[in-house]
Amino acid sequence: MIRKSIQSRRARETRLKIYGITSICFALIMLATLLISIGLNGYSALQQAYFKLDISVNTEKFVDDSGAPDNNKMNLFNWDGLVQSALREFFPEVKDRDEKKELFAIISANAGYDLKEIIKKKALGSGSHTLSVWLHLSDDADQYLKGRLSIDIPEEDRRINNKQIAWVNSLVERDIAKLKFNKTFFTSADSREPESAGILGSVIGSALTLFVTIMFALPLAVMAAIYLEYFAKPGKITDFIEVNVNNLAAVPSIVFGLLGLSVFLSTFGLPRSAPLVGGLVLGLMTLPTIIIASRASIRSIPPSIREAALGLGASKMQAALHHVLPLATPGILTGTIIGMAQALGETAPLLMIGMVAFIIDIPTTFTSSATAMPVQIYMWSDSAERAFYERSSLAILFLVAFLISMNLLAVVLRKKFEKKW
Amino acid sequence: MTLPLSFVFFVLLGLSVYFYYHAKSGIVRKAALLSDRTKALPSHYGQQSFLWAFIPSFLILLVLTIGGPNYIDQIFYNKIQELNPTFNESFVSLILAKVINVSNGKISTGEENIIMLAKDYKIAFEQLHFFRGLVVILCAALLGMIISYRQKPGSNAREQVEKFIVNIFFASAVIAIFTTVAIILSLFFEALRFFNLYNFFDFIFGLHWAPNVAIRTDQVAAEGSFGMIPVLLGTLLISFIAMCVAIPIGLFSAIYLAEFATPKIRDFVKPTLEILAGIPTVVYGYFAALTAAPFFREIGFSLGLDVSSESAIAAGAVMGIMIIPFISSLSDDVIRAVPQSLRDGSMGLGATKAETIYIVILPAAIPGLVGAVLLAVSRAIGETMIVVMAAGLSANLTVNPLESVTTVTVQIVSLLTGDTEFDDIKTLSAFGLGLALFFFTLLLNIFALSISRRLAERYD
Amino acid sequence: MTSKFRTKKVEVSYGDKKAIRDISLDIEKNIITALIGPSGCGKSTFLRCLNRMNDVIENCSIKGSIHLDEQDIYGPDIDPVELRARVGMVFQKANPFPKSIFDNIAYGPRIHGLASNDSELKDIVHNSLEKAGLMDEVKDRLNDQATGLSGGQQQRICIARAIAVSPEVILMDEPCSALDPIATAKIEELMNELCQSYTIIIVTHSMQQAARVSKKTAFFHLGDLIEYNDTDKIFTQPENQKTQDYITGRFG
Repeated sequence: MIRKSIQSRRARETRLKIYGITSICFALIMLATLLISIGLNGYSALQQAYFKLDISVNTEKFVDDSGAPDNNKMNLFNWDGLVQSALREFFPEVKDRDEKKELFAIISANAGYDLKEIIKKKALGSGSHTLSVWLHLSDDADQYLKGRLSIDIPEEDRRINNKQIAWVNSLVERDIAKLKFNKTFFTSADSREPESAGILGSVIGSALTLFVTIMFALPLAVMAAIYLEYFAKPGKITDFIEVNVNNLAAVPSIVFGLLGLSVFLSTFGLPRSAPLVGGLVLGLMTLPTIIIASRASIRSIPPSIREAALGLGASKMQAALHHVLPLATPGILTGTIIGMAQALGETAPLLMIGMVAFIIDIPTTFTSSATAMPVQIYMWSDSAERAFYERSSLAILFLVAFLISMNLLAVVLRKKFEKKW
Repeated sequence: MTLPLSFVFFVLLGLSVYFYYHAKSGIVRKAALLSDRTKALPSHYGQQSFLWAFIPSFLILLVLTIGGPNYIDQIFYNKIQELNPTFNESFVSLILAKVINVSNGKISTGEENIIMLAKDYKIAFEQLHFFRGLVVILCAALLGMIISYRQKPGSNAREQVEKFIVNIFFASAVIAIFTTVAIILSLFFEALRFFNLYNFFDFIFGLHWAPNVAIRTDQVAAEGSFGMIPVLLGTLLISFIAMCVAIPIGLFSAIYLAEFATPKIRDFVKPTLEILAGIPTVVYGYFAALTAAPFFREIGFSLGLDVSSESAIAAGAVMGIMIIPFISSLSDDVIRAVPQSLRDGSMGLGATKAETIYIVILPAAIPGLVGAVLLAVSRAIGETMIVVMAAGLSANLTVNPLESVTTVTVQIVSLLTGDTEFDDIKTLSAFGLGLALFFFTLLLNIFALSISRRLAERYD
Repeated sequence: MTSKFRTKKVEVSYGDKKAIRDISLDIEKNIITALIGPSGCGKSTFLRCLNRMNDVIENCSIKGSIHLDEQDIYGPDIDPVELRARVGMVFQKANPFPKSIFDNIAYGPRIHGLASNDSELKDIVHNSLEKAGLMDEVKDRLNDQATGLSGGQQQRICIARAIAVSPEVILMDEPCSALDPIATAKIEELMNELCQSYTIIIVTHSMQQAARVSKKTAFFHLGDLIEYNDTDKIFTQPENQKTQDYITGRFG
């Protein structure tokens, strides 16, 4: 009787196994799809189309009467004109006004500004200089050279027309334009022009924000965890704190953003878009995560250690601070790293407190306007230019790589210090 | 004389450290005079002095730094209003903002009155800073002196210091309560202002959500409508789609990992799934908007269906993928928390693994699994970035997953990231939505946590 | 005298570590056989081999042969599920499922499809409870949670649960180690009744228990079978010095 049914019973088991394997494979394939599709979108942003110009400048134009360099004069100089006339030398046939406009559209709108910055940095001695500099092509030319702009669609639907393509091709043939490593991406902040936009501003914004977060959340969380584990008397208040901590860990992050907006910004009058406020909001958000991890870590220390200290006449506080806390530190650190990774990837609360502004300057203080990496990714992927997608993807790759290494670090720490008591 | 914040802070710190050593050596001397031993270690007396010198003064510093500017602003607000009683509130605020900006040199103006006020404002600020520095430093010095003078070798400084520290620890723990209360109060009061302008029941039961109608403030009659039902329905639709993806996949993965997988597979799959959980939501949003949405559109097109480019299904499916590891890791924990003895009991009677799982383990784990799913639902409802990037803005009252719907979080973001006044009805309506979102998720969380806790207690 | 189990040169290792070596013994039908020995001697490991519960454990490998009624239970055509229906097991710690008493007992018959309708199932449950001597204690609360019973009752539920599948052999892994003397006495009494119709193999730490209930006793030490004989013999005139030392309490 048993034998008869056993085949169908075994089949049921096999089915369950297949469901499990299929589910796991689906999840893993999705992870791979996600990372690969973003990787394919983003790797090309490591390169940027540059063109080489030979430019002669006379630095005597930029000194004041006493001979000292004068920034004002430098700023007023028509750099765009200089770049444009140098470019036109390659294409003497371009005469028409409209045509000229089209020609200048293949180079970055910031080319003049960039040239000025290069010259400034070089700090040339007085006199006339001829130098060759590499400047950005426009984002459309850049995308065309990378093969990201399809030229099969009709000309009027394209962002780059046939004439411009011919010019770009001719520059490439003459070895004047080519794809080079995109240093700008790593050294500058946001910009309206994709070719001048970089992640440094948002990286520093994120770093400042996280610094505030960790300074705020870690001490508070550790103190709260020690209190809840060792000093809290069982009772209503302790229960209420526990419920609150557990619940706060599951409150949607955007609600913390609303809290920040109405408490830190409108009530306390702290500045908008500041890493200080962002850090505090993210700190409140990660506080429960770190408290829960710290408590688990403290609880995993066997009571015998604490009892041994108490038995020698140590006070409760001494037993906790001298013996339990050092032993619990790896666990607390692991929890903190995971909490920080969560805070680093968080976007929504930062939108609420205005860290979504378009900011060209690299932030320097905790109260200067800043943005954060995930917000930068959000803003770029919302932009119309194709070249911003590419940068968004590359920024994602860096962010995800960083987060994964943070998580790996947490895993390694846990493995290394994991003790079986 | 100006006393900047950092200077005051370091002086405070220095003074406190000074009193630490002062008290530490002082108590040893006192004890020697009485030819007595100190009751606690000398460093405990030092710690006591440090805490007394540092903490109260630091709190004063904090209060003055945060509250002071607000106080000055209030004074100048009143001043401006007294000068021109005819100005309405928002105009006074505007002038005040101008005064502030002129005083710190951000803008320049030719208006005499404003320049005058700006000068006064700057002076007031300098006075505030001076006052702050003076009070903090004096307070630290005074308290430090008093406490180190009064310390006696016979007093138990250790006990007192520890009591103090426990209180600080307690205060840290109470921050969790404060945060919850602050969330509730801030959402509640802003929402209350919204309900003053807009009928509460129209908000809860209204079928039409169109906050963008009124552009000019004088268009009172044509004010936007704020019925949250379509927004809520959109939220639930997307969450439902997400759950349809995440629950089966997450659960089956968890069952496989907990019951069938060899340790090698577990060691590989678990951390990999955790990577999925560690990817920021903005990345999922990017994927949903730029890869998944066109993909579903293509598929729909090839089947002859019209799929919106901001379809609920794209946002929901990607959200589901995001939630898979959340469900699988929580369920894995829950399943593994079922004692091995139950597995043995069932296998010992000749049950297959599948039968053991279906009949013994899952029923035993069901409260925890329900808890995990509810937490996941709460997370889906509160998820913001995926829907902001991949779902629509227009509130369609539909349950068709191929159409575009909006969600509570999308509306909050779009209402609060524009250039709107803080008192605007649109801004306030976002807090109404926020309050609804908070209570909705709060109920889910509390329910979920209480049932999973019951399970944990059963097998402890 | 027919033997139920016949084991030959059984060797079990967990990874590189050998848990038992070269165990060959015949277990007779319808008597109680006790396996005794100090902790870690491999007696539980051996017991778990008899219904292949070791299969569940990772990196556990078994050599040698075990025959149940002349059939190799590790043979390719044997399904462990089917085997376990014939060789039931009761564990050290009472492990009733968090379900009603009725559902606990009915679990085995249900999964194996032993009852074709509800009334048959009911009969099986009642019979098993009757046999386990629990009927009077629980007849009014068959729908209560089994986890709410006392420790001794829980263990007897587990025995009733095993009986409900009508096994030929019942393996008991220290079934009384977590129980008080009164509950232990009840279970021992139960075992005495059960051995009329079932072959019972019990692992126990308590030599008194082995002496009280079993007809034959096997003494294990450090993974080896030292001595296997009638219980009376073992306890009165053991052949091996180690057995002598153990039962007189000189080590263990």
